[in-house]
Amino acid sequence: MDRTIAWFFAFNGISTIILVLGIFIFLAIIGLQAFAHISPFEFFFSTNWNPTSYVKPSWGILSLVVGTLYIAIFSLIIAVPLGVACAIYLAQIASPTMREILKPAIEMIAALPSVVLGLLGLLILAPLIADIFGLNSGLNALTASILVAIMALPTIISISEDAITSVPKSYSDASLALGANNWQTIRHVIVPAALSGIVAAVMLGLGRVVGETMVVLMVAGNARALPTGFFDPVRPMTATIAIEIKEVVVGDVHYQALYAVGLVLFIMTLAVNFAADIYLHRQEGNK
Amino acid sequence: MNPHLKQQMYFTLFRLTGLVSFGILILILIYIINLGAGVISFNFLTSMWANRDITTGGIYPAIVGTFYLGVGVAFFSVPVGIACAIYLNEYAGHSLVIRMIRLAIRNLAGVPSIVYGLFGLVVFVQMLQLGTSIIAASLTLSGMTVPWVITSSEEALKTVPQSFRDGALALGATKWQAVRGNVLPYAASGMITGSIIGLARAMGETAPIIVVGATFYMRGLPDSPFDKFMALPYHLFILATQHVHPQAQAYAAGTALVLVALIFSMTFVAMFVRYRFRKRKDW
Repeated sequence: MDRTIAWFFAFNGISTIILVLGIFIFLAIIGLQAFAHISPFEFFFSTNWNPTSYVKPSWGILSLVVGTLYIAIFSLIIAVPLGVACAIYLAQIASPTMREILKPAIEMIAALPSVVLGLLGLLILAPLIADIFGLNSGLNALTASILVAIMALPTIISISEDAITSVPKSYSDASLALGANNWQTIRHVIVPAALSGIVAAVMLGLGRVVGETMVVLMVAGNARALPTGFFDPVRPMTATIAIEIKEVVVGDVHYQALYAVGLVLFIMTLAVNFAADIYLHRQEGNK
Repeated sequence: MNPHLKQQMYFTLFRLTGLVSFGILILILIYIINLGAGVISFNFLTSMWANRDITTGGIYPAIVGTFYLGVGVAFFSVPVGIACAIYLNEYAGHSLVIRMIRLAIRNLAGVPSIVYGLFGLVVFVQMLQLGTSIIAASLTLSGMTVPWVITSSEEALKTVPQSFRDGALALGATKWQAVRGNVLPYAASGMITGSIIGLARAMGETAPIIVVGATFYMRGLPDSPFDKFMALPYHLFILATQHVHPQAQAYAAGTALVLVALIFSMTFVAMFVRYRFRKRKDW
């Protein structure tokens, strides 16, 4: 009886490994078939993605990858300083009452569906951005990045806060006993000691940003050209899959190419998560 | 600069970032209510969708569809997630398998939702021939919900003191008796509230059900798990981006308000219950 139950739990645990491998294998099986028709060189280095062209379809994902990176960089520029500062505030400065209000509020932001943020982008933020900067359309990389930053914020705040809270009290006690004030202690003792955890938080935030679909689908402007600036419309990889997957024939080259894009996305997030994992372990080792 | 003044300055700045995060949430809520409240009516919530003139119909089938999806995701992800958490926290030692499971969970939590959609499309829709059904979409969403359930369940199990287990084992209980009698009852509230928060997030997901295939308009309600379905997030997405009716965006905002109200009330109740349990706990 006891053994059976132990095996049952073990089986459920192992099913998570099967799921990850399953996702990878299916993406790879279908995605790699695309390269029977598309040269890998074109796929990775051409900036021209036009699978439905009547003349000659082209399969370069470089503009899409750059679109993803644009959104990732801009949104982290917004979310990292705000998120880390907010984590420091929560972990070190805020009163217990403030903490009990703020922490659930941040959890609520995490629960906010991205499609709702996309809608607000469409109706409120894009017209506002267009107005402020005198643009014809506010559907561009900047607008999408601001909204995606909001999606990344809860991840960055909660992981950084954990890291800062996990710094042993003896560290700050020693610093305070030497006559440093609270800010000097935070700046020179606590934040450096929590740095690995904060880096991990940024990495996990990056993973979240790269995989975000609805906001970029609705407000990034949906242009397949290589962007040259903040105000250019972009079309990240996730949005491309979401737009085109309903129009393809199963088993077609286009279908396979979209799975190849999914595979690239999967490998990118996997790499980011591995990096985050390494930094998190380093943080735990510090304790 | 005077160190004290410097501290004042930085602390004020940090306090401000806290307020900004809070302000973002409030601002979003105000906008959604402001934009969406106008179309909310009894009719909007309880009647079938009228595709020809959207102003006469309601989003009832989308609400029902999202509810069914939630039930499906709960059915597939909560038992697996909780069992996995019990294994990791109660049974597993330190072995290679455990490290691999933990790594797998971390990575599952990081896989983009649209990639889950691609996986669901090939495995559930095509290979298992479930079609664009409630069950196929629920299975797809469950994949992404499982890591959230595991993480929150493990956290709940970790709050149960080791002495509870030791006490039972010392009296001759088997491992499972100790877990069932002395661990699970004290972790249950945390596991359930964590799962509800995960479910609420899954019900708001749009990208996977775009790929797997939700329906924008159908006659009647789904009458089996193998039927096609409407869902609130998908409905709102199509209304906002692809519908030609001049009022479509207002109705998208109304749908958004219903979706956010649903998700936030689930999350809020779960957080409140968890908070109460944590306060009451006397060990």
